[in-house]
Amino acid sequence: MKTTAIPIHNGESVPVSRVPVLPVEELRQRVIGAVKEGAEIAALFAEPSAGATRSAGGFQLFAVLIDHSQGALRALSARLTDSWPSITPECPSAHLFEREIAEQWNLAVPGHPWLKPLRFSPAMSGAREAAAAGRTQPGDAQFFRVEGEEVHEVAVGPVHAGVIEPGHFRFQCHGETVLHLEISLGYQHRGVEQALLGGPDKRSIHYAETLAGDTTVGHATAHCEAMEALCGREAPPRAQALRAIALELERIANHVGDLGALAGDVGFLPTSSWCGRIRGDVLNMSALICGSRFGRGLARPGGVAFDVDDRMVGELKDRIRAGARDAAGACGLLWTTPSVLARFEGTGALSPRTALEIGLTGPAARACGVDRDCRSDLPSGIWRFSHVPVSTWRTGDVFARAYVRWLEVQRSFAFIEDQLGSLPAGDIRVQLPRPARGALGVSLVEGWRGAICHVIITDSEGRFGRYKVIDPSFRNWFGLALAMRGQPISDFPLCNKSFNLSYCGHDL
Amino acid sequence: MRFPRGEPPALPARFRGLPVLDSSRCVDGCSECVAACPTGALSFTSRTGLKLDLGKCLFCGECEAACKRGAVSFTNDYRLAARERRDLLIGDGRKLRLAESLGRDLERLLGRSLRLRQVSAGGCSGCEADANVLTTVGWDMGRFGIQFVASPRHADGLLVTGPVTKNMRLALEKTWEAVPEPKILIASGACAISGGPYIDLPEVYNGVAGVLPVDLFVPGCPPHPLTLLDGLLRLIGRVR
Repeated sequence: MKTTAIPIHNGESVPVSRVPVLPVEELRQRVIGAVKEGAEIAALFAEPSAGATRSAGGFQLFAVLIDHSQGALRALSARLTDSWPSITPECPSAHLFEREIAEQWNLAVPGHPWLKPLRFSPAMSGAREAAAAGRTQPGDAQFFRVEGEEVHEVAVGPVHAGVIEPGHFRFQCHGETVLHLEISLGYQHRGVEQALLGGPDKRSIHYAETLAGDTTVGHATAHCEAMEALCGREAPPRAQALRAIALELERIANHVGDLGALAGDVGFLPTSSWCGRIRGDVLNMSALICGSRFGRGLARPGGVAFDVDDRMVGELKDRIRAGARDAAGACGLLWTTPSVLARFEGTGALSPRTALEIGLTGPAARACGVDRDCRSDLPSGIWRFSHVPVSTWRTGDVFARAYVRWLEVQRSFAFIEDQLGSLPAGDIRVQLPRPARGALGVSLVEGWRGAICHVIITDSEGRFGRYKVIDPSFRNWFGLALAMRGQPISDFPLCNKSFNLSYCGHDL
Repeated sequence: MRFPRGEPPALPARFRGLPVLDSSRCVDGCSECVAACPTGALSFTSRTGLKLDLGKCLFCGECEAACKRGAVSFTNDYRLAARERRDLLIGDGRKLRLAESLGRDLERLLGRSLRLRQVSAGGCSGCEADANVLTTVGWDMGRFGIQFVASPRHADGLLVTGPVTKNMRLALEKTWEAVPEPKILIASGACAISGGPYIDLPEVYNGVAGVLPVDLFVPGCPPHPLTLLDGLLRLIGRVR
């Protein structure tokens, strides 16, 4: 009989014992089959089996899939001894997840087409032979090489030209044309997943807030919702609305900032200059609510730490209207200026098929016509009651990634204004009891880069036995690499900015 | 923006700047604020009273929320940068000693033209984001001759963010070596000063001072653009 994975709603938890344990081959086929039928891999990770000591014994491999047809998540698992036969050849979106599994636990992943270090990080404590494995400098690995007398290689980073995080980019070029780009990260690895183990404690929320600093509200909300799932409590409606307002402010600030930076990259200074200021105006709205331009200190397990009064709501409404008007003026110029469009259109295009195959998420996927957005597909919190239309475009190029962001900016402004006009009354925070024991809690939040996934598995005392974070950048970096194929290398900054992915969110 | 000749831009009422400690409000050394601090920035003994290390402080406000008597409160004062690590330790009677300039010789060299190479060495990119803000038209850091440059060889110093991860140490050291003498180093944000939220994790070095010599410490998580600009201007003697 086929074991059915129980549906888990976003922001719910289930006892780990209820996650089906399948034979390895069956799990492989189930994941491959589900993804072929339109499911998305939200998480794929290994964990030493319950009962097994961390240094000896088997592993349990967990797959959390997004079932779009049901608007639910499905968790499946299998027990492994020391290897997981790769599904990447049949299911390319598993590519990085499998590299991570191999690196974190020294597990063999036979059949993987490009198995090499992902973050150049040591194995999780207790992984077999962890201590024996020597440490490699990040980037010190074999890169995919194109051979040929006329082919040359360009190496960039980890320290780049701008005020930006470190990463290494290796281009294979024929003249100006990029044949292949390989991206090697790990320089920002702080060991946050490892540090979260044993929690929740007073540092947990701060780790969440700094997983990716430009996505503070997104990750903090994902952490809070996962905690609330494990504790069986919901944040009060007013807190849910305030979190959503902050999440949309974060989206607007980053999208507007990036539209300005894209304009700057093609030498179009009016939009570039204006957007720099407008981004600041939006960050200052977050600071009005909680004192921090990045929304630090706002979302807390059980609700939010800051309330707004009528005067503040009025002030925010005025600023939102002014911001929407200014952004329309500044960004609108992009779509009517031929010199900008000539640089945006057709640059770094990805097909819808590629987007689905490699598991792109967020605006990068929606720019390829992929109609996916956690806010509408897996609504949790206030998103169950208030809806934002999903913004898509079809061309998958720099233009599409820019234009989808602009569509989202407008809808976020409208959403915030709407929420401010109908804020639920009541408390802003509830006290959470201890997290359930031996439970698996999942939360997915549509951050400005795409789906943020937090999976927490609690141990027999209700402490974090495993904390898995999947930042949308983890799923999208390979998209940038593919977008560069066949492009002039001089278009790299433009393509890169159109994705604007997080290094620290990937490196953890 | 008229700053620094005129008033700085207004900060929101809830902005958490320089904290003020008042141990006389502590009852029986309750230390609830100390227990609430996520990074161990606060300490209390009956002899010394409350002490706060601004270099470790995330300005999260958990201490202020934990104290019912107002022994810890955050003010709107954005001025936080110091030249010495020990100057960041404040208490009842011990005020923050704000940064002094680099001195006459370096002021002559760098006072009207300071080129910085920024290096992220771990961290969350929040510090980078608010450092970048200083280059936008509103702040226009270029009017002081301060500029972020693409190559360390074009730079007079480094602005380092992040706790210095093991994976980034070599690249940071090489970048520092590439900066010609005389050169300065600025540690911006709690991570670069002390490790910040990642303090004592096995993958980080608890800040840049353990790896390279630091000339200016700018607290914050991340530092507000105004805090960073104030620190830079103090360093080159444009604000005293």
